[in-house]
Amino acid sequence: MPDPTNDIIVMTGIDKTFPGVHALQNVDFSVARGEIHALVGENGAGKSTLIKVLTGADRPDKGTIEFDGELVVVRSPLYAQGLGISTVYQEVNLCPNLTVAENLLIGRQPKTLGFAVSWKSVNFKAREYLKQLDVDIDVTQPLGSYSIAMQQMVAIARALSVANAKVLILDEPTSSLTEHETAQLFAVMRKLKGEGIAIVFITHFLDQVYEVSDRVTVMRNGAHIGTYATSSLSRMELIRLMLGRTIADLDDMTAHKMAASHHIAADSLIQADNLGLSDSVAPFDLTLHSGEVVGIAGLLGSGRTEVANLLFGVDKPDSGRMTMDGKVIHEFSPAASISRGIALCPEDRKVEGIVSELSIRENIVLAMQAGQGWFRRIGTKAQYSIADKYISLLSISTPSADQKIKNLSGGNQQKVILARWLAANPRLLILDEPTRGIDVGTKADIQRLVVSLAEEGKSCVFISSELDEVLRTSHRVIVMRDRAKASEFSGEVDEKGIMQAIAGSES
Amino acid sequence: MKGFVARQLSKFAGSMLVTPLVALLLIFVVDFFTIPGFFEFRLINNQLYGSLIDILVHGSPTMILAMGMTLVIATGGIDLSVGAVMAISSSVMCIMINPSIIGLNLADPQFIINNPQYTWAPLFLVFTVPLVFAAICGLWNGMLVAYWHIQPMVATLILMIAGRGIAQLVTNAIQIIIFNDTVAYVGNGFILVPFTVFIVAGVFTVAWLLTRRTAIGLFIESVGINSRSSYYAGINEKRIKLVAYAFCGFCAGIAGLMVASNLRTSDANQIGLYTELDAILAVVIGGTLMSGGRFSLLASCIGALVLQSTITSMLSYGVPASAIIAVKALVVVVVLLLYAEQIRTYGRRILAKLTTQTPATQEAAQ
Repeated sequence: MPDPTNDIIVMTGIDKTFPGVHALQNVDFSVARGEIHALVGENGAGKSTLIKVLTGADRPDKGTIEFDGELVVVRSPLYAQGLGISTVYQEVNLCPNLTVAENLLIGRQPKTLGFAVSWKSVNFKAREYLKQLDVDIDVTQPLGSYSIAMQQMVAIARALSVANAKVLILDEPTSSLTEHETAQLFAVMRKLKGEGIAIVFITHFLDQVYEVSDRVTVMRNGAHIGTYATSSLSRMELIRLMLGRTIADLDDMTAHKMAASHHIAADSLIQADNLGLSDSVAPFDLTLHSGEVVGIAGLLGSGRTEVANLLFGVDKPDSGRMTMDGKVIHEFSPAASISRGIALCPEDRKVEGIVSELSIRENIVLAMQAGQGWFRRIGTKAQYSIADKYISLLSISTPSADQKIKNLSGGNQQKVILARWLAANPRLLILDEPTRGIDVGTKADIQRLVVSLAEEGKSCVFISSELDEVLRTSHRVIVMRDRAKASEFSGEVDEKGIMQAIAGSES
Repeated sequence: MKGFVARQLSKFAGSMLVTPLVALLLIFVVDFFTIPGFFEFRLINNQLYGSLIDILVHGSPTMILAMGMTLVIATGGIDLSVGAVMAISSSVMCIMINPSIIGLNLADPQFIINNPQYTWAPLFLVFTVPLVFAAICGLWNGMLVAYWHIQPMVATLILMIAGRGIAQLVTNAIQIIIFNDTVAYVGNGFILVPFTVFIVAGVFTVAWLLTRRTAIGLFIESVGINSRSSYYAGINEKRIKLVAYAFCGFCAGIAGLMVASNLRTSDANQIGLYTELDAILAVVIGGTLMSGGRFSLLASCIGALVLQSTITSMLSYGVPASAIIAVKALVVVVVLLLYAEQIRTYGRRILAKLTTQTPATQEAAQ
């Protein structure tokens, strides 16, 4: 463990609650000078909220932040920058149509006579900034003419030069980089580390954690799970920490599930043979039965969502075939899938799920109405009775069915989206991260609902980052890794085997 | 009973009709005190005359355009080409009446002038063919926007510019005068009130039934708010957009026929000029957001009336026609202020005070 007096940032007891979500729960986090500190955790673990608190974008409800040994209140991103905390975000937020030099010095161009921009010195300074990162490019070219990796470098150079940066936060910088570009970035990171700069590195690529970081902090469900020296933490252990096993709220679901397993139909409902889409997910085989919950486990970016998108017809496969009730499916689109009896509760609730300005009632009937077509409108009275039915069934807390969905908490929004798909009465319901970012109680509700749906004879696909959840609800588990189906587990829960499959062979 | 009234009242207060109605009322109140005889009607030859009738006649094309525009804007789009489509439909109609310009002369000019019943094509084709062309124009816009993913502003700009050229081509750049009485009746006729009012009512009824008695209205709003979520919910968002643009083109066609009939001529240069802006303004005044989503056809119609009442009152004041655009801009600013959130909260506070006080005072009286 590094010397604690060497810590440049010490965050203690940070607590942050958003409506409906306890985003950070008493989190401690510290970063030392001259270290690369990886911050890992699945979506909704609280990484980005922690960073937002650190950079002043969000204010914590409780807790203190010490910077360089002094207690500070980070009021705004500008204040954080003044302290020497610079952040580079996943999407490069620079202007691709300006030159590299303009991007680096925009807003603080050296001027002659007090107003005329001196382009000569702008370009000179820009070259100097980049030289610190061992980057030598033509700074008079537009930024957009360079690769994403190079743009990322420019963003880092800008972050370092804006203030006398002591801490550099890199938020998923490698997600759109090739292997070679990543190596280039790592070289720069090591160089900066050598200069005594502390680097916080957020990533979901575990290989990279091991390649470049000194320490790793694991977060899960808004809690700080632990900080470890990377070299002393095995890969298996890291994945176990990330996916977690929450003891809370374990009820008799296993028994329930086993009872339900008697209802599993012998004939397959959906059969995918060698189904795949290049650049998305490698060809896979998959059989789904009525009355069965099939879990899909795997890390973020492992191809879970891509499988769901293929089954629901959001993406059209370019290899293999899919049959339903033995008939080959030719038309792939959400509309066609819904009329076929397939539903997908998508991963990104805000972008792909809710229609924010519409009422709960309208959000619930939307898919059902789409299935009925344009002209057979569901009457207003019928709409209310459907909405009220699901509001009480899923205990959605709202004053009335006329409330706009955007006014609900995340968990309740998720329930409304679930209600939308239940109302459409599908035979196969695919749930992609249905419990992300919602409170524990609602999570348990949804898990229970999935099992009872299977009991009623529906087929469910349950996708989640939390292995625990997948294991509790599913009769069978598919493990995805590197955008391909890695293995399939059925019968007795083999937790260790599943984790090994998620991690890959190296462990 | 009291509770029912209160509920209906609060429902109305939350509806999109309030702001445009308040704006219209404000204009009428000002007119009442400043323009003598503004609300007078005169019955001449079984026909009503008066400023309010003028507003209805001249506001009719804008109301029809506004209804089509409402659906397009509700999907998150915009249609700049409606003025040009008006020109196209009016040119097509005139060429159907009298195709001598393009060499298809069948009767000599004197015959046409002397026979106000004559049309070259059967009368129903004179009315329907231009509308088909207008709807095709709308389909073209919709195709560019929905299937080719061109920005609505750019996609419809193409037809806005090209449309007038097409209209000129149709009539060989010659203004065709309408001698046919039936055709002229559309824009000038009266059945107690102007005939155009019946057309507006007809289009409104069709549009309302089409959007509110089917699921199309809900789908349009859903696509306008979040097109991706709508796609995931199984809505064919491309086809919804296509229908909205096609309907908008169809409405522009009707408006074009109305104006040409009123003017008794096809004038590809003047018919529908700048009306796309009026239509967009009417929709904005009606409270439909330019970013799409919730819409109200009736509110847009009232928005069109707000615009037209401004123009009519300004003409009554003797403001020169060329300066009226500036006054129109002023009205738009005032209405947009009515929509501003700060002023809304202020108004809501006053309303809340009033509604909480009335029951209390009533109980006290008992």
